[in-house]
Amino acid sequence: MSVNRLHGGLVDHETAVNFSFNGKDYQGQVGDTLASALMANGVRLMGRSFKYHRPRGVMTAGSEEPNALVEVRTGGRQEPNTRATTVELFDGLTARSQNHIGSLKYDLLAVNDLFPAFLSAGFYYKTFMWPRAFWEKLYEPAIRRAAGLGSVSFEDDPDVYDKGFLHCDLLVIGAGPAGLMAALTAGRAGARVILAEEDFLLGGRLIAETNCVGELSGAEWTAAMQAELASMDTVRIMPRTTVFGAYDHGVYGAVERVSDHLAVPEAGKPRQILWRVYCKRAIVCAGALERPIAFQNNDRPGVIMAGAVRAYANRWAATPAQEVVVFANSDEGHQTAKDLIAKGLCVPAVIDTRADAPDMAGIEVLKGAQIINTKGCHGVTAVKVRLASGQTRTIKCGAVANSGGWNPNLGLTCHQRGRPVWDEAIHAFVPGSDLPVGQSVAGAANGVMSTHGALATGVAAAMAALGDLGITAAAPDLPEAEDGPVTLSPFWHVAGAKRAWVDFQNDVTVKDVKLAHQEGFRSVEHLKRYTTLGMATDQGKTSNVTGLAVMAEMTGKLIPETGTTIFRPPYVPVAMGTLAGRSVGKAFHPTRLTPSHHWAAEQGAQFVEVGNWLRAQYFPKKGDTDWRQTVEREVLSTRASVGVCDVTTLGKIDVQGTDAAEFLNKIYANGFAKLAVGKVRYGVMLREDGIAYDDGTAARLAEKHFVVTTTTANAVTVYRNMEFARQCLFPDMDVQLISTTEAWAQYAVAGPNARKLLRKLVDAGHDISNEAFPFMACGEITICGGLRARLFRISFSGELAYEIAVPTRYGDALMRRLMEEGEEFNVTPYGTEALGVMRIEKGHAVAAELNGTTTAANLGMGRMVSKSKDSIGSTLSERDGLNDADDLRLVGLKPVHTGEVVAGAHLMNATGPIDAKHDQGYVTSAAYSPSLETSVGLGFLRDGGNRMGETLRMVNPLEDQDVLVEVVSAHFVDPEGGRLRA
Amino acid sequence: MPDLKPLTALGAAAPRVDIIGALTIAETPNVALASLAARKGQGDAVVEVVKAGLALDLPAAGRSVANTSHRIWWTGPEQWMVEADFTVCELLAEALKSIVGATGSVTEQTDGWCRFDVTGDTVVALFERLCAVDVAMMAVGDATRTSMHHIGCFLIRTDEGVIVIGPRASAGSLHHALVEIAGAIA
Amino acid sequence: MLINHPLLGPRDASEFTYLGDANLLNRPDWQGENAVEAFHDYLYLRDNPAGLHRELWFHEQGDRSWLVVTRNTLTHEILGVEMARDVARNNKRFEGDAQ
Repeated sequence: MSVNRLHGGLVDHETAVNFSFNGKDYQGQVGDTLASALMANGVRLMGRSFKYHRPRGVMTAGSEEPNALVEVRTGGRQEPNTRATTVELFDGLTARSQNHIGSLKYDLLAVNDLFPAFLSAGFYYKTFMWPRAFWEKLYEPAIRRAAGLGSVSFEDDPDVYDKGFLHCDLLVIGAGPAGLMAALTAGRAGARVILAEEDFLLGGRLIAETNCVGELSGAEWTAAMQAELASMDTVRIMPRTTVFGAYDHGVYGAVERVSDHLAVPEAGKPRQILWRVYCKRAIVCAGALERPIAFQNNDRPGVIMAGAVRAYANRWAATPAQEVVVFANSDEGHQTAKDLIAKGLCVPAVIDTRADAPDMAGIEVLKGAQIINTKGCHGVTAVKVRLASGQTRTIKCGAVANSGGWNPNLGLTCHQRGRPVWDEAIHAFVPGSDLPVGQSVAGAANGVMSTHGALATGVAAAMAALGDLGITAAAPDLPEAEDGPVTLSPFWHVAGAKRAWVDFQNDVTVKDVKLAHQEGFRSVEHLKRYTTLGMATDQGKTSNVTGLAVMAEMTGKLIPETGTTIFRPPYVPVAMGTLAGRSVGKAFHPTRLTPSHHWAAEQGAQFVEVGNWLRAQYFPKKGDTDWRQTVEREVLSTRASVGVCDVTTLGKIDVQGTDAAEFLNKIYANGFAKLAVGKVRYGVMLREDGIAYDDGTAARLAEKHFVVTTTTANAVTVYRNMEFARQCLFPDMDVQLISTTEAWAQYAVAGPNARKLLRKLVDAGHDISNEAFPFMACGEITICGGLRARLFRISFSGELAYEIAVPTRYGDALMRRLMEEGEEFNVTPYGTEALGVMRIEKGHAVAAELNGTTTAANLGMGRMVSKSKDSIGSTLSERDGLNDADDLRLVGLKPVHTGEVVAGAHLMNATGPIDAKHDQGYVTSAAYSPSLETSVGLGFLRDGGNRMGETLRMVNPLEDQDVLVEVVSAHFVDPEGGRLRA
Repeated sequence: MPDLKPLTALGAAAPRVDIIGALTIAETPNVALASLAARKGQGDAVVEVVKAGLALDLPAAGRSVANTSHRIWWTGPEQWMVEADFTVCELLAEALKSIVGATGSVTEQTDGWCRFDVTGDTVVALFERLCAVDVAMMAVGDATRTSMHHIGCFLIRTDEGVIVIGPRASAGSLHHALVEIAGAIA
Repeated sequence: MLINHPLLGPRDASEFTYLGDANLLNRPDWQGENAVEAFHDYLYLRDNPAGLHRELWFHEQGDRSWLVVTRNTLTHEILGVEMARDVARNNKRFEGDAQ
C-alpha cells in the first residue's frame, strides 16, 4: 500500500490504476484524482510557480486549485495547465509538471526566487522599459518562456467535441446537500430538472465530511438521493458537468467531460460536450471555497486547505503526511484534527488564532497562536509558531491544514454584473440581490454554512422557483443534520511576514498588495491589474477576498468599503476545442455542392470555395502544362465553338404577386415595370446610401411572376434585404418571395455553337431560333423528352449564350448529356477562372468592381438609375460627393508595350509625381486575355469616360511595378455586342 | 418521361439508409414540394380553396397537417410548404396553382431540398446535439425551421420520429452531421 | 439571448440576424421637400440609447419574419416583440390619418 494511503473512503481499494508522473510509474485506485493518487504516493511537489518558480504542491481538492497545474497525456491529446485535483485517474495516464527548466526538483529558473524585489508587483512596467527595442526581441520572449504555463503539442487533437442544447424548468448547479434537495423537490413535483455536478461523484461536502444526514453517512444519503432522482423521468443527472457561465434570459453554458476519465474515448463518442442550457429557473448550489490564511512561506508543498485535507482523508483515503499540523481561525481546525485522528494520523498541534478557542481532548490546541514560518526544501518539514505568550516554537510536521474561513462560491451569480455584498455574520461576500434573471442561490453559495441550512434552503429555493413557474410542489421532509453556528473570528494574514502568498497561481504576496497601495493603486480594479492578483485562470477563487482584506487594512477601511471584484465567464477554463465543437477541418462550415459536382470531380476538376459552395475552378486536361494554359484553352474553345459552365450558385429568388413588377422597381435602380413577359433585363441594386451592391438579371416568366438572380456571394444578403423591403418598407404591396437557388441546376451554354448544341436537347416544338428566342428572351420549355426546363438568353461571356435550368436532380444527367451531344462541337466545360477571364474581356463588373465604394455612375451605369421612380438608394445616389465631374469611371486598361496589368495597382498620370495626392484611380481586375493575346485589366479612373487613348502609369510600389498602360473601352471583346445577338 | 437519369440529393441513383445504434436515417428522395404564399388579403380565401382542393386545413404557425396524399407545414406568416409523393405528383406546383388560382403564389421547391427521415428511440438525444429546438417537447405534427450545424432545416415531428428537410446543396454536410452525431449517441 | 417570437415563442438569438434601430421602418418620401437630407438623417442619424431601444431583428434561420424587438440595452431585458410588418402597416396608416 502506498505510503500515504489510508483506509476507507470512496476509492476502490481492490482496483489499482497505473499512471505515471514525470516519467515515474505509480499506482492509484479507482476513484482517485491525479492529486489524491500522487498524495497517497507521497508526492508533494507537483509544479513550479508562475513567476518565482517556487516549488508547489496541491492546495485544494477541487477546480479552484491554483498550484497543482500539470500537463496530462501526450501527442494530440496533450493538455497543459490541467488541475491535478480535477483529473480523474485512468489506467495509463501520463502527467508531467510544468514551468521549469531542468528537473522539477532542481528547476534552473528557481533563481528567480532569489530576486523577489526585482520581480515584485508591476515589475514588467518598471524593469523592462529600457531600451525599448529590447522588449519585443529579448525581454518578452524571455519572460514568456520563464513564466510560461504548460506547452501544447502542435499535433491535431484526434478527439471530437460535441455541442448540444438542453431545455428544462429548473437547472440545479451543484449536487451537494442544497442541490440534491432542490432537485428532489422539483423532481417529485414533475418539473423538468437538470442537476449538473462538476465532480464525478455527487454529494459535494457530504462525501468529504464525516457528518451524518439522518441515520446515514453523507455518502450513503447521497447515494439514496441519487437513486431516487435517477428513477425520475424528468430529472437528468449530469456528473462531470461544469456550468461555466450564466448568460441572458436563462441561458447557461456547461461543459460535460464525457471521456476525460478515459484514455481514449469510446468509438464515435466525443471527448467533451459544450451544452447550452435553456432553463426557466436556475438555482446555484455551488457551495463555498475555503480561503487560506497568509503566512511566511505558506506556499510550501504540504500547506493545504483544511477542508481539502479532510476531503482527501475522508473521501480519497489519502493524506499529505503522517503528521499534520492544523492552522485555523474557527472550529474547522478542531474538526480537521478530529477527522485525521480518526484516520490514525498524528496531529502535533492545532494552532488556532482565537485566544478563546475551545479545548480538545488529546490534542494540544495552541490558542491565540500563529504560524510565522515554514521550513523544508521541496515541502514542509516543520512550522515555526508564535505562541500567545510571544514565545516561538518549532513543530515538526509533513503538512499544514490551513483554514481562514469559507467564501461562498459566487462565480455564476456575478456573470451579469451582479455585485456581491459583505455578510458580517460569516465574514464573507454573499450574492447580492442583482442576480441574473431567474437565478437564485441556496446553501453555502448563499452563505448558509451548515448542512441543515443547505438542505433547508435547497428545498426553499426549489419551492420558490416552482411557485414562480406555477408548478405545485410539496416540500420533502428534511433529515436531521449538522446545524452548528459559524465560529470564525476573521484572520487574514500573519503580520510581519516577508513573503506570504495571497494569489498562488500568479505569485502575488501580501507585500505586493501593500506595495501597490503605497504606489497609489487604491481601487481594487487597479490593484488587480497592477499586481495581477486574481487575474490567473482561477480568477482568484482562493485569493480575492484575502487580497481585499489586506487592502482594507492598509486603507483603514472595512472590507465592503474597499470594494469587491466580480467574476466573468467561464467559471473554469474551457478548452478551445470544446468551443469549436465539430466545426473543424473540412466540417468548419457546411459545404454546398453544385449539381454537376460529381461529374466535375470525375473530370479531375480543380475546385474553389466560393462562400460555402465548391465550384469548379478549371478542368485540367492531359497535356496542359499549367493551370493558366488550361484556362486559356477553356476561353478560346468557348469563344471558338461552345463551352458549358455550372452557374447554379447564382442566387435565384422567385418574386410573385400583383405588385411584383412594382416591387422590383423599388429594389432595382433601373425600371422593371415595363419588362415584357418572356424577357430578361439586367438590373443593378443600390444600398440606401446610393452605393451599388449587387447586380444580376430578372426574368419575367408571367405577368405577376419574376425570377431575380443575384451574385453567388450576395444571395443571402439580397434575399434578406428584399424581405426587409417587402415586410418593413412596402408592407402593403402584394408580393411574395421565396428562394429557389438550389431547386434548379443552371448551366451557361456559351459560344457560337451554343444554339446548335441546345437544339439537340430542346424538345421539338420549342423554337429557339434567333428570331423566336432573341437576346434577353426567356421561357419555360421542355427538353430530353418532356423534362420541364427554363431557358434564358443571357450572356456573361459576351458570346451567343443561354442559361438553361432543370430540376436539380436531373442536373448531373443534363451536364453529361451536354458533353455527349456537344462532342461534335468540341464542347468544353469551363470553370470560374475562364468565366472570370471572359467577363473581364467583356468588361462585366463583379465584386471587385461592386466593392462597396462604387456607385452606378462609377460603373458607367449612371443612366440606368431611374429618376422617374423611387428605388432603394436612388435619392441618396444624387447627393453631393457622389456626382463630381471627375468621378471615377470604369475603364479598360492594357499595357502599352510590355508588362502586365495588376489588380490593386494604382493609376498615375504619365508625367508628374507618384503619390497618393496625385492618384488617378486603381485597377480592380486583371487577366491575361487569350483572345487578345495581351494582359488586360479593368479599373476605375478619374474622369475615365473622357480619357480614352490616354497613356498612364500603373504603379504598384509594394512590388516595384511600374507599367505604362493605355486607357481603352472596358469592352475588349465584341464592343458592339454582335456576338450576343447572333 | 425524360430520358435523363435523376440523382438523389446525396448524389447516388438510390437513396441512402444508415442504421446506427437505435436510429435509422433514411434519405427520402421521392418528394415533390411546392411553396404556397397567400396573396395580399387572401389569407382566408387560400385556406378555403386548399381545404376544398386537398382536404387539408392550412396549419397554424409551428404546425403541420397531413393526409394520405399530401403534407403541409407552416413556413412563415401566410406561407406554407406542400409535399406530395414525387412518383405520383411530380408536377405538384402546377396542380397546386390550379387549386389556389389567384389566392396564392405557388413556387416549385421540389429540388431545393433534401429529406432525411430519422426514426428510432433516441431521436431526442440526437437532435439535442444538433439544434436549439426542444425536440423532446415537440408534439406529433409540430414543424419548425431552425439551424443545425449552420444548416437551416425544417423539422417535422411524426409518430415515428423526425423528418429533416434541409437545403439540397448541403445534403452531404447535413447527412454527415446526422450520421456523426448518431454515432456519438449510439 | 432568447427572443420571444410573436408566433413561435422563445427562440435562440443565434437564429436571428440583427439590423439596428427600428426607425429604419420610417423611410422618407422620395418626393418630399429636402428628400436628400431626409434620407441622410434616416440612414445615418441613429439614437444609441443606454436603456430601451426598439430594434430590427430578422428570423433568418426561422420563419423569415422581420421583428421589432424592444430591448433594454443595459440589461438585455426584452420587453416586447412585434411583427415588423404589422408595425410598418400601422405606421403607414398613422401617417395616412395624419395627412
